[in-house]
Amino acid sequence: METTWFCLISLMIAVYVVLDGFDLGAGIIHLGVARTDAERRAVLASIGPVWDGNEVWLLAAGGTLYFAFPGLYAAGFSGFYLPLMIVLWLLILRGCAIEFRNHMESPVWAPFWDVVFSGASALLAVFFGAALGNVVRGVPLDASGWFFEPLWTNFRLGADAGILDWYTILVGIAAYFALTQHGALWVALRTQGELRERSRRVARWSGWGALILTLLVTWATFSIQPQVPRNFAAHPWGAVFPLLAVGGLAGVIAEVRRENADLGAFLASCAYLAGMLTSVVFGVYPYVLPACTNPAYSLTIYNASAAAYGLRVGFVWWVIGIALASGYFVFLYRHTAGRIESGGHGSH
Amino acid sequence: MEEALTLHRLHFAFTITFHYLFPQLTMGLALLILVLKTLAIRTGNEHYNRSARFWARVFGINFALGVVTGIPMEFQFGTNWAQFSRAAGGVIGQTLAMEGIFTFFLESSFLGLLLFGEKKLGPRGHWFASLMVFLGSWASGYLIVATDAWMQHPVGYTMGAQGEILLASFWGLLLNPWALWQYAHTMSGSVITASFVMAAIGAYYLLSGEHESYGRTFVRVGVIAGLVASLAQLFPTGDAQGRLVTEYQPATLAAMEGLFETQPGAPLVILGQPDVVKRKLDNPLEMPEMLSMLTYRRWGAEVRGLDSFPAKDWPDGIPVVYYSYHVMVGLGTIFVAILALAGIALWRGRLYGSRALLWTLLLSCPLPYIANTAGWITAETGRQPWLIYGLMRTAAGVSPKVSAGNAWFTLIGFMGLYMVLGILFLLLVGREIAHGPEPEAQG
Repeated sequence: METTWFCLISLMIAVYVVLDGFDLGAGIIHLGVARTDAERRAVLASIGPVWDGNEVWLLAAGGTLYFAFPGLYAAGFSGFYLPLMIVLWLLILRGCAIEFRNHMESPVWAPFWDVVFSGASALLAVFFGAALGNVVRGVPLDASGWFFEPLWTNFRLGADAGILDWYTILVGIAAYFALTQHGALWVALRTQGELRERSRRVARWSGWGALILTLLVTWATFSIQPQVPRNFAAHPWGAVFPLLAVGGLAGVIAEVRRENADLGAFLASCAYLAGMLTSVVFGVYPYVLPACTNPAYSLTIYNASAAAYGLRVGFVWWVIGIALASGYFVFLYRHTAGRIESGGHGSH
Repeated sequence: MEEALTLHRLHFAFTITFHYLFPQLTMGLALLILVLKTLAIRTGNEHYNRSARFWARVFGINFALGVVTGIPMEFQFGTNWAQFSRAAGGVIGQTLAMEGIFTFFLESSFLGLLLFGEKKLGPRGHWFASLMVFLGSWASGYLIVATDAWMQHPVGYTMGAQGEILLASFWGLLLNPWALWQYAHTMSGSVITASFVMAAIGAYYLLSGEHESYGRTFVRVGVIAGLVASLAQLFPTGDAQGRLVTEYQPATLAAMEGLFETQPGAPLVILGQPDVVKRKLDNPLEMPEMLSMLTYRRWGAEVRGLDSFPAKDWPDGIPVVYYSYHVMVGLGTIFVAILALAGIALWRGRLYGSRALLWTLLLSCPLPYIANTAGWITAETGRQPWLIYGLMRTAAGVSPKVSAGNAWFTLIGFMGLYMVLGILFLLLVGREIAHGPEPEAQG
């Protein structure tokens, strides 16, 4: 049952990364690709009806993590205290920027909210990447099962590591490129004209950036977290996850050169993100939070999970709930599909 | 450690108090919007659809603020209360996760349809969207209240070998008797807030002579719904909640009532200032034997005072518990009086012309916010010194490695951010009210 929940929560996080990833990415490229007010409203209209629902996947994944792995939730959230609070503030600022940009059509304030929206999106991408980097690298858990990481110390790995060190920053930059590409492909898919062309150009160079950083991160991950090579050696079938990522990225680079392949390129980018994330969780399994102090202090799916009865009951309502939620999402996305005119109004 | 504990408590208290300003309106307003949509379908009068559209816009702003200030609440269980989460997450994580999965997706999808989908959905489809938003927000409220109710009155659990608390009965957790009454009480409080806000804006339109047809509808719906809810707030929901406290949290009851000495025929205190050091109430204005009657339904019944509990089991902020409780009950009584007067005037056809009553309704707008906040402060400070009543003390639940300095940093950050949010919120709602509903002449 623990492994089932590990897979389900990984799935929810993958869905979150793929969905909120494109609206974060749209935010990153917002200032660069959209120059006029009409273009900026077109970018916002492309994510307008869905960004809020996409973010709900983060909350739902957080809530599910809480009840299935309370030990991980407690140790992880209190240990990553500062970056989580900063993530919250960025999410709040970003949400406000989108809403107020739409509500107050003021030539003075609109550019201000554009900068807030774009800056918060970029920082969130880097922070989410760095967070993933921390989970892979391991954190300084002590014998009582707690830790606290400052934002940075000396940027080196080791027992007094901070949230940001050279490895986690590298993962953060990789996430930045990956989401830039993802967002650019989404905007290209949903808009037209000059805006679409500029987005495709961004997708092209960020795709190469994502490729280089993926290689670097993969090399670094295999050398600093011994569990990853162990898992891939012990279960060679796990290679499907990195193959999905590689195939996805190759697909993006190939599709983005062709005309009228926007949907294919975007779906390939989805596959790339899902492949990267599943490769990571496959690599660290059964750890959910490895200790960089003493491997025996690590949190695993066994010592961090809730009792068997709760996990079984939860499974029943989780399946019903997610089936309903998926239904709403399919309905919502079908309802809002189609290209947005640069007049800036979505189909709703 | 002591300073850190105080800060973590303040952190949660500040962020949740600010957060609850928004859901207390949206939950009640979801019901009133459903009422307006239903009236539109039943009467075929487009006036009610235009009214519903106006309130849906106000709802949307409040809902967005409720969502962005709600996310930090879910995080803080882990960031600031890690020992509590590790011990109890297997139980209360159930209700919190269910809220995320069942209600957040529902609300975020159907609110979009309520706000933007009226043309595509048609009248019945749009009515259905308002029904789903209502169901989603009320289900969300239930799951949060059930979480709190478990901390007030833990049921359906067993203790594990390492002191962790294990879920033993899912339905026990979900159907906690405390949760049922607390929910009824919370939701009627929420309807009171929405009713007063609706009536106040209606009164404002009538007094200013703008949008008068809407003003009459808003005042009428607000006064009727508010009168029903404020009566339900006293009886049966408030009464039942009080008797649960009497039975399961007797020390809390003594603190709420400022009752220092155990006595038969205990009086009900209307006014007075508790002096915790001298263990007495200064300047008391009391109704003799009334408390015994209300709690045990007998004039002479003995009510346990604080003296029958060791001081270490007293709530640590007795004046806070006492005053917040009295503010809540006092305002609750005033609501019944105001709405009964307004209801009689409405019945006799005099309300819309009575400047005194319209001004009273307009100025009463902030009062239900104060009453609901005071009610929650009573419940949460009254539960002290327990985090989970009888199971875990508040001091044992805090995050062990988050220093006071870091808690200060984020508390100050939230204060600054929420000040900005509050200003922007007032700006947006002010614009909506000034703009008003669509003119009646248009289709």
